[in-house]
Amino acid sequence: MFSPKTSERIAFAFLTLAIAIVVAFVFTIIFYITSNGIGAISTDFLTQGPKNRMTEGGIFPAIVGTVFLIIGSMAVALPLGILAAIYLNEYAEEGRIVWIIQMAINNLAGTPSVVFGLFGLAMFVKYMGFGASILAASLTLALVVLPVIIRASEEAMATVPPGLREASLALGVTRWQTVRKIVLPIALPGMVTGAILSVGRVAGETAPILLTGAAYFLPRLPTAISDQFMALPYHLFVLATSGTNIAATRPIQYGTALVLLLIVLGVNFVAVMIRRHYKKKMRW
Amino acid sequence: MLKSTRSKEFAIESLLLAVSAVTVVILILISLFLFGEGAALFKDIPFLDFLTGKNWYPTSEPPIFGLLPLLLGTLLVTAGAIIIAVPLGIASAVFISEIAPPKVAEILKPIIEILAGVPSVVYGFFGLVVLIPRLQQLLDLPTGQTALAGSIMLGIMALPTIISISEDAISAVPDFLKEGSLALGATRWQTIYRVTVPAALSGISAAVMLGMGRAIGETMTVMMVTGNAAVIPGFPGGIFAPVKTMTATIALEMGEVPQGSEHYHALFAIGAVLFIITLLINLIAEAVKRKYRFKVGS
Amino acid sequence: MVTDTFAEGIETEITVMELNLWYGAKQALKDISVDIPKNSITAFIGPSGCGKSTFLRCFNRMNDLIKSCRVEGDVLVGEDNIYESNVDVVELRKRVGMVFQKPNPFPMSIYENIAYGPRIHGEKNKEKLNSIVEETLKAAALWDEVSDQLDSPALDLSGGQQQRLCIARTLAVKPEIILLDEPCSALDPISTSKIEDLLMELKKDYTIVIVTHNMQQAARVSDYTAYFLLGELTEFGETRQIFEMPREKSTEDYITGRFG
Repeated sequence: MFSPKTSERIAFAFLTLAIAIVVAFVFTIIFYITSNGIGAISTDFLTQGPKNRMTEGGIFPAIVGTVFLIIGSMAVALPLGILAAIYLNEYAEEGRIVWIIQMAINNLAGTPSVVFGLFGLAMFVKYMGFGASILAASLTLALVVLPVIIRASEEAMATVPPGLREASLALGVTRWQTVRKIVLPIALPGMVTGAILSVGRVAGETAPILLTGAAYFLPRLPTAISDQFMALPYHLFVLATSGTNIAATRPIQYGTALVLLLIVLGVNFVAVMIRRHYKKKMRW
Repeated sequence: MLKSTRSKEFAIESLLLAVSAVTVVILILISLFLFGEGAALFKDIPFLDFLTGKNWYPTSEPPIFGLLPLLLGTLLVTAGAIIIAVPLGIASAVFISEIAPPKVAEILKPIIEILAGVPSVVYGFFGLVVLIPRLQQLLDLPTGQTALAGSIMLGIMALPTIISISEDAISAVPDFLKEGSLALGATRWQTIYRVTVPAALSGISAAVMLGMGRAIGETMTVMMVTGNAAVIPGFPGGIFAPVKTMTATIALEMGEVPQGSEHYHALFAIGAVLFIITLLINLIAEAVKRKYRFKVGS
Repeated sequence: MVTDTFAEGIETEITVMELNLWYGAKQALKDISVDIPKNSITAFIGPSGCGKSTFLRCFNRMNDLIKSCRVEGDVLVGEDNIYESNVDVVELRKRVGMVFQKPNPFPMSIYENIAYGPRIHGEKNKEKLNSIVEETLKAAALWDEVSDQLDSPALDLSGGQQQRLCIARTLAVKPEIILLDEPCSALDPISTSKIEDLLMELKKDYTIVIVTHNMQQAARVSDYTAYFLLGELTEFGETRQIFEMPREKSTEDYITGRFG
């Protein structure tokens, strides 16, 4: 056998190799999409609709659809998620009710997005009669990101030192005022980070919208929340697997993938920067 | 005045509790709708026939709805993903928390977060245009769209979950344990595999469970790279053949089925099975994590 | 337990009658009865875990924040029984201020820290707020040090200044009683003596109760001292008497350092 020193060297070499492989995955994916997609991107690509049975033209309607989904789902998930996090972090005491709520959040977080899609289809599209629409898809996506927002907000509020809450309460300030004037202002950067990360998630999710209203192709932009819509991730899926001429439209596919990747990673980058900026300013 | 501030506070707390309870309501509604829509299938087809049926021919006359090929397809792809992701993921986590200098670790962490941020459809696209042709060429296969392609892509996608949760668990191991070992003349590597990793084992197990949950539930990627043939995969040859997973079946076929048809209900029944599997995985991961918290605390 | 050791004519501010407190099934305070005199400094001393901080937190019901905590018995602040069901703890805490072990200024400016309480309690007049800030900073002996930097972050102050700011913040709500929970344990000797001087000054207008593990501090600043052991009030009396002629053996052991 090897001496302890030698086996340590061998083991560390393998660990280094493992992380190198993982990092290589990241760069390979980003490199392929970027180098192949960059050529397709132009002003026209970003501002025009698809043409000639989606073999030419741009992705403007898909960008618009994705923006609508982000706005719609955030309008629902942010208030719900933040209020729930306030309850769990600021009011709730250990107990059966809180335990049940925490378990529910964990399980929602682990539920596959296609299952949310099925639920959205059965509940929003069919049962509530919204039809395949921006509304149904936004509500479905809101449920997908709800646990993400709750967890991020809870985490942000947990960084507020307990002493500040006590100090405020000891001044005869109510709990709700303490939350509004002390906890939320301090936790805000962390909560914004969480919200931004969930924007990235909404922009990239495909399975839920596939079942609740994303359209293969629409000649016009949606004008109401009851309309169907095109969206970037679904558009990429359609072009890559069931377009009219898959091989010939590869450049458009790469371009779409790059735009999607840029949106999602750009959003994550902003979130990381905000987190970093405020981490430096925090001190207790 | 006194009464009014108190009743206002009470009203606010009640409202917040009600909003939090929405999460529970959603989970219950998901169960109700999935099981409700799924159960409708069993009016015509015995439940056991669905669960153990070896054929998935939803459009034949009469249609046959057997879950087995899809369930096994999911399990095969997931097992492959875990075999790829677990060693890579745990090794990376150990590297980041125990070996890398802090500055290197601070660079590595956001790089791995990028993996978590890439949308699944982009992974699917990458698999489709980059991985599959190479796989086909390299292994001389009739098609690159195989369970293996799915496993590789899902393995990559499960990495960030496994790495970040394992890393949390490993860095939570108290320093005095490691110092105790090092002080006895053990090398750093001996300390890692005899002390640190065993102490973090329940956290690492939870990480593997959650990575598995992510792989089982993943839809777009597998749909784009596994070829979607609903046949019971052979072993081990099935790894190199196309398979169809439960998630892909739902996403692919839901667009074409008439609402309220048998096929429609069958897809919900698959969704219900999927939901139960991921629910169990989450509960187990949670239980394992709890054990680990207790260990570190004592 | 003898509590009526006050000289004639001394008013009582807080009256505690047979107070018992539990955390879950564990009893933390046992049958405590005591009268705390007005416009004086009362010190709570005793080994760690004896319940002195828990007892202090009964006076502004901060223990309410712990759900497993149960209190029986009566505490009168002035005339009002603060454990009656119709008492508003928010109003109570305006009357009974508290300063904590670790200085905990809000991450805002010095000015905003002081104005926080009055503003929430409805004071909107800018002039009024200005004068509250000035008065309370002067009362907390901090004005001379910070008057030209009211808008700078409170967290830039030294630990001792932060603690005096926290005292000023408490004064701004115009309490009758100030509770201090080991306010100097995180501070250096110079800051400590500044705060002790300040307390001697403040007792003219306020009733002060201070928890301390520093016997010299209790001897220096307090008029009355209560010695706690294992959740019981072992001895209470004038500080001079407690330190010079303790009635109980365990009090004497603790004060002379023979304890633990």
